[in-house]
Amino acid sequence: MGFIGEQVESIRSMQVRQVLTQIISLGMIVTSALIIWKGLMLVTGSESPVVVVLSGSMEPGFKRGDILFLHMSKDPIRTGEIVVFNIDGREIPIVHRVIKVHERQESAEVDILTKGDKNFEDDRLLYAQGQQWLQQHHIMGRAAGYLPYVGWVTIVMTEQPIIKYILIGVLGLLVITSKE
Amino acid sequence: MHSFGHRANAVATFAVTILAAMCFAASFSDSFNSPTPTASVKILNINWFQKEANANDEVSMTLNISADLSSLFTWNTKQVFVFVAAEYETPQNALNQVSLWDGIIPSKEHAKFLIHTTNKYRFIDQGSNLKGKDFNLTMHWHIMPKTGKMFADKIVMTGYRLPEQYR
Repeated sequence: MGFIGEQVESIRSMQVRQVLTQIISLGMIVTSALIIWKGLMLVTGSESPVVVVLSGSMEPGFKRGDILFLHMSKDPIRTGEIVVFNIDGREIPIVHRVIKVHERQESAEVDILTKGDKNFEDDRLLYAQGQQWLQQHHIMGRAAGYLPYVGWVTIVMTEQPIIKYILIGVLGLLVITSKE
Repeated sequence: MHSFGHRANAVATFAVTILAAMCFAASFSDSFNSPTPTASVKILNINWFQKEANANDEVSMTLNISADLSSLFTWNTKQVFVFVAAEYETPQNALNQVSLWDGIIPSKEHAKFLIHTTNKYRFIDQGSNLKGKDFNLTMHWHIMPKTGKMFADKIVMTGYRLPEQYR
């Protein structure tokens, strides 16, 4: 009980001015996290610069719970690149490899076909009904960097929301009660 | 000052910092590798070549693919994804890239290989432009690391040509 008692005691002994300082420092943490995220969006040019791999369709390269850093440059999409794409009417973006590209002469419009490395069939079954190809606007970014395991944190938190609330509660308490 | 919370925080912060530094160093060390891969692809046979009902040309071929990609492997390499794509230009399209075969190389010991195969993915044109078409076969590889940056490169092989007639 020593740890919790200590925290409770430190809440009791707080002054108004100190409370204000704590609120400001909490605000600083939240806003700097936001700044880092938005900054990453600017640098990478992708609307979600970091994605968590949710399925095993790219195994053994990427497993569930791995993290990919996306990059979205002006360069055209080519075969072999691993892209993250959104299908109309589907919530969750998919991370798969490009296996076919057909790029128009004049308009530089592009038709793209993707496939998961572990899947036997290409992705036409995953696309919207009747859709044969992906276009540029479906692509959210291409994978440039890889970090294993780290994404498990977010998978656990989305699947067990109670853990998320406990974690946020404990962290919030620590921030409020810490004395510099 | 030195409560349990403080100590736990310090240890966790230090551990994460060290891990991040090691991941960065492992990934950075990859950039000192200057690989010298070799590849050659032969078309042994055009199995069939026809126009489909929807007016797209399709061709089936038997390929002989040999390559030595062992120099791509470093201590930070998890696997190498390798594929051969046909690349050509048509009046409608500035670039067509059609993957014909791919494979995953799990380790350096498997990086020198010779494969005799028909095309794994269908070679279908957008339209009917394949008669007598000159095309390139390109071997691409995509190095997937244990952690960090991914690298990709290719070897372009030129001078392939499809038959003048359907068969």
